[in-house]
Amino acid sequence: MSSTPIVLADPPGPRGRRRILIASFVAILALAGLVTLAALRLAHRGQFDSELWSVFVDHPDLRTLLWHGLLATLRAALTAMAFAVAVGIALAVGRMSARRVVRIPATGLVELFRSVPVLMLMLFAYLGLPALGWKLSAFWAVVLGLTAYNGAVLSEIFRAGIGSIDRGQSEAAAALGLRPGQTFRLVLFPQAVRRMSPALVSQLVTLLKDTSLGFVIAYSELLRSGRGAVEFLGSRYAVPVYTAVAVLYIATNGALSFLAHWLEGRQNRRLGNGRAAPGAAEATAAETGTAPTPP
Amino acid sequence: MPSGRNPGQGSTAIDAVLDNLDIFAEGFRRTVALSVLAAVAALLVGTALAAMRVSPVPPLRWFGTAYVQTVRNTPLTVMFFFVVFVLPQVGVVFSYFVFAVVALSIYHAALVCEAVRSGINGVDVGQAEAARALGLTFSQNLRLIVLPQAFRNVLQPLGSVLSALIRNTSIAAAFGVQELTGVVQRLTTANPDSVIAVLLGGMVGYLILTLALAGALALAERRAVTIR
Repeated sequence: MSSTPIVLADPPGPRGRRRILIASFVAILALAGLVTLAALRLAHRGQFDSELWSVFVDHPDLRTLLWHGLLATLRAALTAMAFAVAVGIALAVGRMSARRVVRIPATGLVELFRSVPVLMLMLFAYLGLPALGWKLSAFWAVVLGLTAYNGAVLSEIFRAGIGSIDRGQSEAAAALGLRPGQTFRLVLFPQAVRRMSPALVSQLVTLLKDTSLGFVIAYSELLRSGRGAVEFLGSRYAVPVYTAVAVLYIATNGALSFLAHWLEGRQNRRLGNGRAAPGAAEATAAETGTAPTPP
Repeated sequence: MPSGRNPGQGSTAIDAVLDNLDIFAEGFRRTVALSVLAAVAALLVGTALAAMRVSPVPPLRWFGTAYVQTVRNTPLTVMFFFVVFVLPQVGVVFSYFVFAVVALSIYHAALVCEAVRSGINGVDVGQAEAARALGLTFSQNLRLIVLPQAFRNVLQPLGSVLSALIRNTSIAAAFGVQELTGVVQRLTTANPDSVIAVLLGGMVGYLILTLALAGALALAERRAVTIR
């Protein structure tokens, strides 16, 4: 998102500035009006009672519960991320393989996993696999569902990243006598990772968000913990508890994005130039239509 | 709810799907309805948000950015919780179906906004400059020059947003809407012997929808290219 924004209007003159000022004023008024309306409505229903919001202070158990939920979310997300990256690389390599026996099944798997809801994949792992004689805990069903879907999406991101690398690179590697596997591992992949890091990060954020689907199959992650708390305390506490849950998700995802930006910046500084300009990867990914891939 | 014949009477796994084909069709119809309604709303709101994000009026830009950043980092499931459990607390009560459409629209509007905005930024600067040189105002520029070209650039990212929307309608199953995934969940409980067949049947339903979308997109793209 770092491309220079397109300029749609001339630099405003005195009249334009006045108009923008008036428009700003109206916009602020309208937004403030909406916020006030919502706040009044909430206040009218007693949603701002201090007793409601001090629930986080009064009930240390609630804090512990949400904390454990957050940890469970992170555990599932991190495990699934590791597996998804491995599966993604394997599928990308398989899809680019010269052998048809490898290429066709890999393509089929990627297209299947990408076309089906993550929730269906989790349900398949949770309800379907036991029928085939493979019993899984809720945790592993969540991880497996997330791995299948995100592995497929990541493989497309990897493929786009590798496809964006100049053909001369692999030709030069071949000229040096590297085998296809070595070319991939030593020449193409390290360059591709750098280019696709923005798409990669947004996909990992998506994965983290999708762990919340675990609540459907009874994995006690953050959202389910929040729901349990509301059921225990009473539905009056829906607003504070779910707000807290949302804030925790937003903070975690924000931290993940921030970490990625920081790593990217450090990498760019170490390389001493902007070869890994974030815009480039997005552009290449957008051309192949693989990213930004929403959940 | 009639769930077909008694599964015990020598029926094979496939029968669980075939016997309940009408239930599947009902769920499928509801998934399509959810997808279409939410897609229309998300496209309208998302485009409006994108216009806000490139507008010369700062408060509108701030609002657009805040909306996108907040919604994009919130899981859709949490959004559903807010809509389904919090809105009634302030006296807004709809059916579960309408709630699901609202939650899906709010969430995907942010994704549409980002797709459209990247499309706007992908339009050659010269186009907007030429329009300004001709004396077009901001809204004329956006409406007549930039957006039509942006939409062409944006077909692919927009397509993947819509595909995600179709798949995300499945979350409504957990919030009282008996769409395809809800039907699958119910039928797996009713037919414990043919869980796999029922699950595969549901997946086929989603495959039909996403493949149809991909086909429509390819068609639209070919037309967009010929126009250019």
